[in-house]
Amino acid sequence: MSPNVMPFAVIFVVAVVFFGWSAFKRFRLITLGKADNRFNELGKRFWNMLFYAFGQRRVVARPFGINHFILFWCFMILLIANAEFLLNGLFPEYIDLALLPSGLYYALSLIFDLVSLFAFLAVIVAVIRRLAFPPPNMDAHSRDAFVIISLVGALMLAFFGLHASEIAHGLEPAASYMPVSGFIARTVFAGLPLPMLAWLIFIFWWIHAIVLLGFLNYLPYSKHMHIMTAIPNCFFKSLDKVTTQPREEFKKESVFGVGQVDYFPWKGLFDSYSCTVCGRCSDICPATSTGKELNPRLVIHDIKENLFHNGPLLVKGEKTTLPLIGAGCEGSVSEASIWACTTCAACMEVCPVFIEHVPRIVDMRRDLVEMRAKFPEELLSFFENMEQRSNPWGIAPAERTKWASGIDVKPFESGKTEYLFFVGCYGAFDARSRRVTLALSRILNAGGISWGILGKDEFCCGDSLRRLGNEFAFDRMARDSIKMFQERGVKKIITQCPHCYNTLKNDYRQYGAELEVVHHTELINTLIQEGKLKLNGAKNLGKLVFHDSCYLGRYNLIYDAPRQALATATGQHPVEMERHHDKSFCCGAGGGRMWLEESVGKRINVARVEEALQENPDTVCVCCPYCMTMFEDGLKDKDADAKVQVLDLAEIVDKTL
Amino acid sequence: MLIVACIKQVPDTTQVKIDPVTGTLIREGVPFIMNPFDTHALEESLRLKDKYGLRVAVISMGPPNTEVTLRKALAVGADEAILLSDRAFGGADTLATSKVLAEAIVGLAQKEEVALVICGKQTIDGDTAQVGPGIATRLGYSQLTLVDHIDSLDLNARKIRCRRKLEGWHEVVEASFPAMISVLREINHPRYPTVPMRLIAQDAPVTLWDNNVMQLDKATIGLNGSATQVRRIFSPERTQGEILGEGINDPGKVAQLLIGKLVEKDLLFI
Repeated sequence: MSPNVMPFAVIFVVAVVFFGWSAFKRFRLITLGKADNRFNELGKRFWNMLFYAFGQRRVVARPFGINHFILFWCFMILLIANAEFLLNGLFPEYIDLALLPSGLYYALSLIFDLVSLFAFLAVIVAVIRRLAFPPPNMDAHSRDAFVIISLVGALMLAFFGLHASEIAHGLEPAASYMPVSGFIARTVFAGLPLPMLAWLIFIFWWIHAIVLLGFLNYLPYSKHMHIMTAIPNCFFKSLDKVTTQPREEFKKESVFGVGQVDYFPWKGLFDSYSCTVCGRCSDICPATSTGKELNPRLVIHDIKENLFHNGPLLVKGEKTTLPLIGAGCEGSVSEASIWACTTCAACMEVCPVFIEHVPRIVDMRRDLVEMRAKFPEELLSFFENMEQRSNPWGIAPAERTKWASGIDVKPFESGKTEYLFFVGCYGAFDARSRRVTLALSRILNAGGISWGILGKDEFCCGDSLRRLGNEFAFDRMARDSIKMFQERGVKKIITQCPHCYNTLKNDYRQYGAELEVVHHTELINTLIQEGKLKLNGAKNLGKLVFHDSCYLGRYNLIYDAPRQALATATGQHPVEMERHHDKSFCCGAGGGRMWLEESVGKRINVARVEEALQENPDTVCVCCPYCMTMFEDGLKDKDADAKVQVLDLAEIVDKTL
Repeated sequence: MLIVACIKQVPDTTQVKIDPVTGTLIREGVPFIMNPFDTHALEESLRLKDKYGLRVAVISMGPPNTEVTLRKALAVGADEAILLSDRAFGGADTLATSKVLAEAIVGLAQKEEVALVICGKQTIDGDTAQVGPGIATRLGYSQLTLVDHIDSLDLNARKIRCRRKLEGWHEVVEASFPAMISVLREINHPRYPTVPMRLIAQDAPVTLWDNNVMQLDKATIGLNGSATQVRRIFSPERTQGEILGEGINDPGKVAQLLIGKLVEKDLLFI
């Protein structure tokens, strides 16, 4: 059907060569990144790709994702139609749908015709949404987006124009199987003279060809590069939940953290190519939504822009000219953004293509702390206290046992006590959290658990140090703690803090420590379900709202244990806030933010407390000492502390004993 | 030109306990730190280095493990570290300590002109605030104590102008090189070491000057050279006081109760 073989062949070759060159230029920059093995367990990876990329599992988690799902699958199906179109243009004698057995030819014609209509409608819906109901955190009116949408729309129109004029001309044997094109032929092109129709076929054919090749060549230069990268990015996604950061080896002459774009692992760079600027991460980010400078989408965007700027220089062995951090322009991430992250991981939980924002932010924190010693002033005493006295406040380690004065607590002894109760800095030093520690110790005793403590010899787990990028100090503390666990024969650990829990369980595993770590919410729930606690019903709790801790929920998938424990212990299911489970909103203290001032925008804990207050609770149940502090402070801020109490799960269960 | 920062390694006093039987410090398991005031002396030296290009040498008298603390000084940017350590220096009071430190500074001054000696106001274990002035007196340097701000340094005129924080007022003073200044904690925020610097400092050389090197008269150093001897160290006994007005929430009533009690005890006169 192509009357234009020679001129088309020339244009096709030029377009393909140009596309190949563009793609090569782009993808060569990925190889600048550091090694990161994402080729293990191929079967699992293949399945992830099918489920998350082809199944669009996370895309459809939002209602409008359905539109993307439709476009995606239309695009997939039309890939065949467009491949046939291009090849037919080159080899009209040999490649033609019409050469297929007629049944198959008719079936494909019907499918392509209908799918093109769906694609066109999806494009219309997308345009209406962007213009009339622009989502807040998506750059809804971006030129790039409209160029792409217009190209897709134009491609569909050209498809219908071409096929309708062919049908009107009587050249299409599958005419009766193409309802949409047939309809246009009958209504728009009916009665036109044959030469006119031939001319229309010619025009639409060329429009279709040019738009298609133009689209191809536009991709590497637009955010729609994700069409090429999103599917492999789901293949390369981290197989485990991203709960930790890679270790660093402290050798002289090494570079620590990421202060230059090529120090990122290659997957970090590939992530930046996979972002489609959908804005879901920004929507859910506690920092973005309370007016901080951080916007996870823009962090990823800046990494990409920085790579585009510096990558070609690095390939040539030249020095970079745009700093990755703090240049104050596009392509450079601001220090304020880097410090604003609570590492709550909500961004990574919603990203449809599994971009790993948090590890990239920690990479850059490491550069600031380890290479430049440049960080908010408040952190200086925090770091020094941690290094000198292994706790955030610099309190004398001897005071770690103060909470236990007046009660009988055994030291942990291998063989004599089963569990180490790792009290944690908050549980040991903070007056409010000590009440939780006492409540938990009563529960452990009531449940017949054999447990002991390390007392003044317990070190801080180092969670905040690691999230704040002070890997050097974390590394030392982790080694000290692990050595102590090994010397004392510690194998099973109970923690009351989700941050200790995650660090002992996931971070320390990198050091070869195989510890059986259990968070008190899990243990309490097990004791309750096994009938080992005699419960006498809750008193004075009123309406109970539950808050998920990020490091318990999103990081370690502990959602049900605390809820189940609460329901059994109090006889009522806790009320959920608007955002809960994996969508839960951070209290604002994770990622070392506990030790930093929060002076920009609305306070994150206040935002969360307001959300809780919408449910008119009498009690807010938390499972983390940070969340406890943040909620109590937030309630004071809202003058609601007299009306609403904050209790840890352990305290609530303790009341029912 | 050289700035000499004098630092001391001290036990972390928040973790020190006194053995009630022997009356000595229980040192076991107590970590050592750089005397907090000295971290500010070191930081001020480094700031002057950054601004005026002077070299910084840190000196410390103490047992061999003081090397750890000197390395910390190297990790934040000191150019040279000298450990003054010898059994003969042991048991020194402030008189004998200032002797060794002053002689070490004389030794350094033979190779390079010393512009400033910077000390912390005092240590947190001895709390005397005498060693800095002692050094200055022995060397005949100008001494500017209790400095909370260095206003200017004039390398051509060889002068320093600083602000001293006294009770209730400030005093701006000027002195010619060489001068000893002792600093308060308000003067600066000490920096944090970068990891590459820490790794370099881990095996950077710390020069040892023992008495073979220094050749000091044994009657002037250590216990023999000390004018004071420690007779006894003890924690004062603490007795719990009386709890007044427990459960009273009215601030007026609480105040009334407290005033009544103070008057009763002759501690307040109305």
